[in-house]
Amino acid sequence: MSVASIEVCETPLVLYTLRRADDALILGHRLSEWCGHAPMLEEDMALANMGLDLLGQARELYGYAAKVEGRSNDEDRFAYLRDVRQYRNLLLVEQPNGDFARTMVRQFFYAVFADLYWRGMMRSSDTTMAAIAARSEKESAYHVRHSSEWIVRLGDGTEESHRRAQAAIDDLWAYTGEMFAVDDSERGLIDRGIAIDPAALRAPWLKTIAAVVGEATLALPGNDWMQKGGRDGRHSEHLGHLLSELQSMQRSFPGATW
Amino acid sequence: MATPNSPLWEVFIRSRNGLAHKHVGSLHAADATLALQAARDIYTRRGEGLSIWVVPSNAITASDPSEKDMMFEPAQSKIYRHPTFYDVPDEVGHM
Repeated sequence: MSVASIEVCETPLVLYTLRRADDALILGHRLSEWCGHAPMLEEDMALANMGLDLLGQARELYGYAAKVEGRSNDEDRFAYLRDVRQYRNLLLVEQPNGDFARTMVRQFFYAVFADLYWRGMMRSSDTTMAAIAARSEKESAYHVRHSSEWIVRLGDGTEESHRRAQAAIDDLWAYTGEMFAVDDSERGLIDRGIAIDPAALRAPWLKTIAAVVGEATLALPGNDWMQKGGRDGRHSEHLGHLLSELQSMQRSFPGATW
Repeated sequence: MATPNSPLWEVFIRSRNGLAHKHVGSLHAADATLALQAARDIYTRRGEGLSIWVVPSNAITASDPSEKDMMFEPAQSKIYRHPTFYDVPDEVGHM
């Protein structure tokens, strides 16, 4: 790493936008890791498509964060020149792909949330966020459909696919609480109608999750203890490895283009 | 990538301007629902379509290529079957 990280002036709206942008970038990057490795060609394309949807969302959000911040940062600098502790994504999205069941469970947990979230954000008083939400919601709705169909087939499939899907649910469950958390910085935006209160999304999220998991003959864990820290830059050990790959080109060859 | 457990499906897309679904290719999928999703992901990612059909490949009854002479040759010499020997009145318009 030969290039210094940027400094970001994290006003509430910049921080808020970066958090959502980081969710999309990191999950999109995780999906891109499947490229050429998926169980079948058809699913390889599906995963890449979803990854590109998320990358597109990340670009819009980084662009808006840069505009709001009003300094010299842009989407590339946000993505390539921030260190682990400056990333604000959910711990859920940085978790490794693992097997196909684990990737799909992670996608399912996130997509169901994201769809509810973007649908709510279409009514944001911030017109840029509302526009990004309107576009993203259509994409996340499909991610919900695709991942939930797979959850049902993995859970209600073979003994092995059931076991793997259940293990993924059990392992990733503790990372789902962070999606519904609110801190002081976001509270102000919620009060002004710029952001929606994610706590209100927990009940409908759980309803969809429980319905699909039930249909899949799988079970939700009973434990309610939840991991947190991603929103404040306290990440699992996996994000550093991901970023070293994602950022290696720009860190080694600053400003390289092609 | 061998997918021995996944049946083959034929994909038909109706494009933005098209009136009929056209065959665009095939794919492997475990069932009809996943076949439809795979078709969406593979064959409509550049805005090609507004409607998709997927059909199990084994539901198609095909003519035998070795019988093509018997099947299709007799039609080649019957040009009078083409409606090209009539003057279409202008009033008829587009046919």
